[in-house]
Amino acid sequence: MNMNASSNSSVSVRDLTLSFGATNVLQNLNLEVAEGEFIVLLGPSGCGKSTLLNCLAGLLELTKGQIWIKGKNVTWAEPSERGIGMVFQSYALYPQMTVRGNMSFGLKIAGMPKDQIEQRVQRASEILQIGPLLDRKPGALSGGQRQRVAIGRALVREVDVFLFDEPLSNLDAKLRSELRVELKRLHNRLKNTMIYVTHDQIEALTLADRIAIMRGGIIQQLDEPHTIYNRPANLFVAGFIGSPAMNFIKGATINGGKAFQSGEINLDLSGYEGGAIMDRPKAIIGLRPEHITIVDTAIPGQTIPAVVEIDEPMGADSLVWLLVDGRQMSVRVPFEHRPKAGAQVHLKVDIAKSSLFDETNELRI
Amino acid sequence: MANIPLAEGPSGAKPKPFFTAPRVIVYTVLITCAAFFLFPLYVMIITSLKNIQEIQSGNIFIPTFSPTLDAWAKAWDSACTGLYCEGIKVGLWNSIKITAPSTVVSIAVASVTGYSLANWPFKFSEGFFAVLLLSNFIPYIVMIYPLVIITREMGIYSTLPAVILVHTIFGLPVQTLLFRNYFASLPLELFKAARVDGAGYWGIFFRIFVPMATPIFTVSIILQVTGIWNDFLFGVIFAGPTNYPMTVQLNNIVNSATGGKAYNVDMAATILTGLVPLTIYFVSGKYFVRGIAAGAVKG
Repeated sequence: MNMNASSNSSVSVRDLTLSFGATNVLQNLNLEVAEGEFIVLLGPSGCGKSTLLNCLAGLLELTKGQIWIKGKNVTWAEPSERGIGMVFQSYALYPQMTVRGNMSFGLKIAGMPKDQIEQRVQRASEILQIGPLLDRKPGALSGGQRQRVAIGRALVREVDVFLFDEPLSNLDAKLRSELRVELKRLHNRLKNTMIYVTHDQIEALTLADRIAIMRGGIIQQLDEPHTIYNRPANLFVAGFIGSPAMNFIKGATINGGKAFQSGEINLDLSGYEGGAIMDRPKAIIGLRPEHITIVDTAIPGQTIPAVVEIDEPMGADSLVWLLVDGRQMSVRVPFEHRPKAGAQVHLKVDIAKSSLFDETNELRI
Repeated sequence: MANIPLAEGPSGAKPKPFFTAPRVIVYTVLITCAAFFLFPLYVMIITSLKNIQEIQSGNIFIPTFSPTLDAWAKAWDSACTGLYCEGIKVGLWNSIKITAPSTVVSIAVASVTGYSLANWPFKFSEGFFAVLLLSNFIPYIVMIYPLVIITREMGIYSTLPAVILVHTIFGLPVQTLLFRNYFASLPLELFKAARVDGAGYWGIFFRIFVPMATPIFTVSIILQVTGIWNDFLFGVIFAGPTNYPMTVQLNNIVNSATGGKAYNVDMAATILTGLVPLTIYFVSGKYFVRGIAAGAVKG
């Protein structure tokens, strides 16, 4: 027994390294997932998020480290012995079997009595509302129905941990948002631990209790969605989360960290929520498009002069693109308040909601 | 824009003339090719229905006016194949005895090997696959003499097991390639899902993959059956006189020098020998083409 195993931890990944030849796909990765938690692994393609999930499922052998599920070391256990259920992007339903056959396949292999299997299939199909489909084959189902069946196949296992590998990525936009809500409802009802891989930040922000942002096989930040959004730990996270992306202005902090300067721009940093700013010759300020307002007159220390280039109406809002010192910035404003192209305006910055980064180590100050 | 009412303008599919230049060319080529390949068959059939006088006196292209099945009966039942005069029926049974086990065993082994190579990579699986690929390009003639010695040392030379063994082994590279490529083309997530469900090596193979592999099994069976049935060389070398397959018997009937050439019997025997692969062509044309394509492109 490992004495470090925290009692309320459902899934625990310790110093996990996975190498293919000389390349480390995952590097000394540590992750503690609490009982009943919904964790989303988010990152660009090739960041190692799916690889990590496959390691958890036992479908990939890791090079170094340990995986614990429910207080048991499952590092070398077979996928079926780990107490996990998995849902795949391509549904991965067995085409020659009916929906019922698909859902009961694993239980049959485990040698469960028939009536018990039927009971579990019934219960899962009620939860997912796929009762009328039980005798159909996957080929006769729509994409949304197939993914429901795939979730059902994981559900009947009655396991503690569900692993989702981009389950909604093959669906069209409308279905995706419907199933997203349904997944959240399912989690509220079942209270299982769920680990969910996606590259879609909306899914991550809406579903997760905590998001792990990954890049290059390393977890960049593991935090609640709100914190990830408002207090990104480094430049990568700041640029990755949020659409349209955060605006970055390169400059320096001066006067012992009381102000940010970049050419003509001079911003008062009092009210900044973060660490000790100090004087840093290379600093970057990050401003989200929705945290900037457009005003007509300059306020010393609070505004940035800009010229309106174009605007993109997005329904309720309009995304305005402006030129600041020859560089592009975007600001989200209510549709009625969008300025005319070519207008000279001033951008009022909310320092409390901004993020400062040290350019040398790319970390948030 | 002038306001032309919709009803007045042309609508629906544009009418096309039937005789267009490309169509005429295509059909001319197709008909010529068909005639070219069907003509020998025509000659074979009419010759087999004539008696020997008609053949000796007449033109080989003219159909007979008093067709007889005597030649067919003789070819089947009493034509001489060297020492014995029991017709080609002996060869038919020998061919079946050779083809059936060779096909079944080679496909059974190849499907499992292909599945392993595609889904259960082991340390040198890539190297193994490369060797397999390479072995498809070695002319099999160079392996015949060693195989004769091997089967002799095994004590099975000139018996049914020897020819079955040789056919099985020579079928494996191509068959394994076919199965490996087919299984590799199935979604990997299906394999992963089955593993999460607790299915093992054989469970995944028999319960998930085999039911999905009907097309490739059909293709392999067609390739193996026609290939082994049409073989002459392995049969004449490894089977031994009592087990000669139909192709070897046919050769013996045609080449046995007793009296004049019985062309009608030769033709009947030839058609009888070709009947099995011919039937397979007709019954499974679509799959046969797929098999040829798979063998040609995928290797």
